[in-house]
Amino acid sequence: MTPEESVLTLLSLGDAGWGDELLRGALLTIEIALVSLAIGLVLGLATAGAKISHSWLLKALASTYTNIIRGIPEFLIILLVFFGSDQLMISLGNWLNYDGLFEINKFVAGVLALSLIFGAYASEVFRGAYLAVPYGQIEAALACGMTPMGAFWRIRMPQMWRYAIPGLGNLWMVLLKDTSLVSVIALDELLRQSNIAGETTREPFMFYLAAALIYLLFTIVSDYGRHRMELRANRGVRRV
Amino acid sequence: MLGFDLTYFEAKYQVSEAVCQVIGPVTPQGFADYCPRFVQGTFTTIEILVLCCLIGLIIAVPMALARVSSNRLFSVPAYIYIYVFRGTPLLVQLFLFYYGLGQFEVFRESFLWPYLRDSWWMGIIVLSINTSAYVAEILRGGIVSVPQGQIEAGRAAGMSGSLLYRRIILPQAFRIAWPAYGNEVILMLKASALTSTITVMDLMGQTRTIFSRSYDLEIFGYAAVLYFAMAFILTYLFRITERYLNRHMAYR
Repeated sequence: MTPEESVLTLLSLGDAGWGDELLRGALLTIEIALVSLAIGLVLGLATAGAKISHSWLLKALASTYTNIIRGIPEFLIILLVFFGSDQLMISLGNWLNYDGLFEINKFVAGVLALSLIFGAYASEVFRGAYLAVPYGQIEAALACGMTPMGAFWRIRMPQMWRYAIPGLGNLWMVLLKDTSLVSVIALDELLRQSNIAGETTREPFMFYLAAALIYLLFTIVSDYGRHRMELRANRGVRRV
Repeated sequence: MLGFDLTYFEAKYQVSEAVCQVIGPVTPQGFADYCPRFVQGTFTTIEILVLCCLIGLIIAVPMALARVSSNRLFSVPAYIYIYVFRGTPLLVQLFLFYYGLGQFEVFRESFLWPYLRDSWWMGIIVLSINTSAYVAEILRGGIVSVPQGQIEAGRAAGMSGSLLYRRIILPQAFRIAWPAYGNEVILMLKASALTSTITVMDLMGQTRTIFSRSYDLEIFGYAAVLYFAMAFILTYLFRITERYLNRHMAYR
């Protein structure tokens, strides 16, 4: 077999190659990223709401959460959530006098950790976007007889979006790359699949390179998507 | 080299012991039991951070200049370099270089192999390359936002190319980029924890080793506190240097 042929065989789909394993890993990576994005966005909005609120308790809680997450490594957070939820389940089992083996789902632990990270950073983006909408517009809306809720949904939200997209786009890219960290808790996403493939075939370089190219492809697609969303969000704004 | 290594490691060990002698009695038992390991790990993390900041910056400056160059021969490769290293996860880069390079005879037989085989050196190399891409992008932002009038004024005063860059553009670009650079250094502090996956014994590596023995969650808590403290100190240092850099703009 020539080198080209052997590469093609190794990357092919089916039993002979590892292509299907890599693809499955890539799909799981996207799945993890999307679920974490959804939860993280909700978490980020809620935390931003707490930061803007007038309650000192909510404010203190929200800023403690963001500062802690921003000050410790993502890797540590993932391990902490994984082993932490594990031990929590064990003590919960003991408390309920349950004898069997409780095991927290790796997917749940990974997603939970990534959402916590995303939410902390997103809350800052949302807070900035909220404050970027001039207050005069809200006053104008109220003067026109809109309810505060109506002013929020129809005036502030559409404009917040415009300020938030660049920041959220960056965070999405970070999230996409951070999904590779959950391979350390043995979740079979893209990096771990290429890990296994590389070890089995003794061709680690090729499989890590393949993984890197797939991640790069995700980045390129995300970049394009962000560009389109920015264009759409800014369609009402005059350009220089 | 070996002699230096030994004295250095010896010194690190002695210092860790001394530090633990002092702080041991006032820290919780769970920490005090493993104190020398935590302190040594912290030292290694700081080592990696300082070295990567320096090497990363040395690569980043020419890379940023190439990126803003009007010559496509420079700007296109720089763009690709920055895009590729920012667009792929650091963990993949670490694995690719650390586990992947050994596959090739060229690397195994080169005089660099003792270094490339060593996880500490490989961690430094990959982390430096990775951060250089991010810093180059930050510097590019700084260079682009230097007001056009300044450049015109410099040209009018008779400055050309390199002098203009040295006297007018780069000093201002650094000043503009400084806060973003501070963020990047903190991100790198956190990213350095990933070197533990290729068996570097930094703070995270030591923490994972201790955890695998005691299986006590407390251990992760102590590591979190140490990382948090380092990030906090870095934030503070960057804030005061920022004030120093912008001292001519104070009270405005």
